Amino acid sequence: MELSNREAWTAFHGMILGAIFLLAFSGGVASFWSLRPQWVTSAGIKERTYRLYAGTTIMAIAAWLTVLTGTYKVYVWYRAAPPSGTTDFSKYPKAALLANPDKADWHDFGMEWKEHIAWIAPILATAVAAMVIYYGPRLAHEPRIRSILLGVFVLAFGIAAVAGMMGAFITKAAPVL
Amino acid sequence: MATMSRSQPEPQPMPSGDVPPAKRDGFPAATLMAAGVGVFVLGLMTTWAEASASMKSRLQLNDDVGPLSGKTTWAVIAFAASWVVLSVVLWKRDKCLNIALGVFAVLTVAGLVGTFPTFFQAFG
Repeated sequence: MELSNREAWTAFHGMILGAIFLLAFSGGVASFWSLRPQWVTSAGIKERTYRLYAGTTIMAIAAWLTVLTGTYKVYVWYRAAPPSGTTDFSKYPKAALLANPDKADWHDFGMEWKEHIAWIAPILATAVAAMVIYYGPRLAHEPRIRSILLGVFVLAFGIAAVAGMMGAFITKAAPVL
Repeated sequence: MATMSRSQPEPQPMPSGDVPPAKRDGFPAATLMAAGVGVFVLGLMTTWAEASASMKSRLQLNDDVGPLSGKTTWAVIAFAASWVVLSVVLWKRDKCLNIALGVFAVLTVAGLVGTFPTFFQAFG
């Protein structure tokens, strides 16, 4: 049982960072939701605020690392052009998809969408983390701002989820080996 | 038959000394608008690269990555630069979050449209 260098990077990009991203999102959402002065004491607000710092900051860092490894490692192998005369496209996922009319849309639509929108997630996640740190415990007393931040946070997650799902489907159709 | 009821603690008002003071919303407004600018620039670059071959080649900052390297680099630069500028301008301002939210929504929707393949490929 072993992973090639490319498979290891793909697993790091999609599975390890993806899992961290998902965990951080879950912690962030739970903290946003429960950060209400009528539900918790001032000590509880402090504890939830620290959890919120962790959830939003870790999600932002995981999102940046995911897009950087995706773009500058995995995507390079994905889009590499095969030498002329190549008939075996197993090491050239993009060429393999485009050579098969039944799979070409995985590149033309799936990858074209994924490679661009994925970069929106870290921008939004960073903005949320910065605003959470700015407000700190005061956020518990600002229900409207908390709702706005939760909305942007969920949007960042939703965009990353679309990109991640496309990545999983594309990897199934033409893996980076 | 005995009924079970979950007893919930009565909400207790927080002692006023424990409530942190209100903060101006200039920095959050700047942050939201800067995020919108970053998303919008990504959508703009994506569509522009499709419409113009010379733009596409200019965006190729890294040969291995192709034009995606330029589109994303410029989007991140736009996000960071506008964040700095808007933060300096709005730092001491207050009550500007509603406008910022509107600007963010418009720019983000435009950016999402600009990065949607069916839209930007129509310019190819």
